[in-house]
Amino acid sequence: MADKSIGEYLKEGYLYAAGAAVGAANGLLGSGGGMIAVPMLEKSGCDPKSAHATSIAVTLPLSVISGLVYLSKGAVELGGAVKYIPGGLAGAVIGAKLLKKLSNVAVKRLFAAAMIAFGIRMLM
Amino acid sequence: MEWFTIAAVSVCTGIFASLGLGGGLLLIVWLTVFAHMPQLQAQGINLVFFIPIAALSLIFHSKNKLVQWKKMIPMMLSGVAAVVVLSIAANAIDNTRLKKIFAVFVIACGIFQLFTAKDRAEGEGKQLEGRSKS
Repeated sequence: MADKSIGEYLKEGYLYAAGAAVGAANGLLGSGGGMIAVPMLEKSGCDPKSAHATSIAVTLPLSVISGLVYLSKGAVELGGAVKYIPGGLAGAVIGAKLLKKLSNVAVKRLFAAAMIAFGIRMLM
Repeated sequence: MEWFTIAAVSVCTGIFASLGLGGGLLLIVWLTVFAHMPQLQAQGINLVFFIPIAALSLIFHSKNKLVQWKKMIPMMLSGVAAVVVLSIAANAIDNTRLKKIFAVFVIACGIFQLFTAKDRAEGEGKQLEGRSKS
């Protein structure tokens, strides 16, 4: 069995650190794991589409775990969340089609500006 | 009218989530700022909301062989440890403080997205330039 090089250990360590950051955001804030995972995966050599897909593969099981912790602590009722799911699924299908058609730089900038504004509003 | 608002918000969240723009953040912001829901409850709703949408996306992505499982496994191992500790911590933190931590995270994501969107715009421009020259 071949020994791993230092570079390989560093790459693996980077992925462990990225996973910990994703888990921290997912657990503490109930979201944002993908916002961390996608750029970190891109830095590790994934192309944007693979980074997006792999980030979902990471955040899905983590969301199941944190969702179970939140449910067990009584922080969330399933009924409160279920009513948002049909629209969310429809939106996901629309988004997947839009992703192929439009260059989303303008949308990204608009959304980023809205996020900053909402964040400031939440701090006040 | 409530059903219309729920439909509009959930469709928008699904679209933004699918575009990789942070749909979950949008849903939590709406639930806390406009529906006046406690921060922790809004986060919990987003987690439950995300699971079926992510599962559906993952089926498509793995069929298209886009998931890099070798990279996913180490990330998930450390992620599981962090998610257990931090989700227990979230349930122990006061809602007002949690809302402020979330707000700082949202602002940081917004600033980061503004810069990366710029980088990609330049990258796309360069690609187009290259194509027009060739």
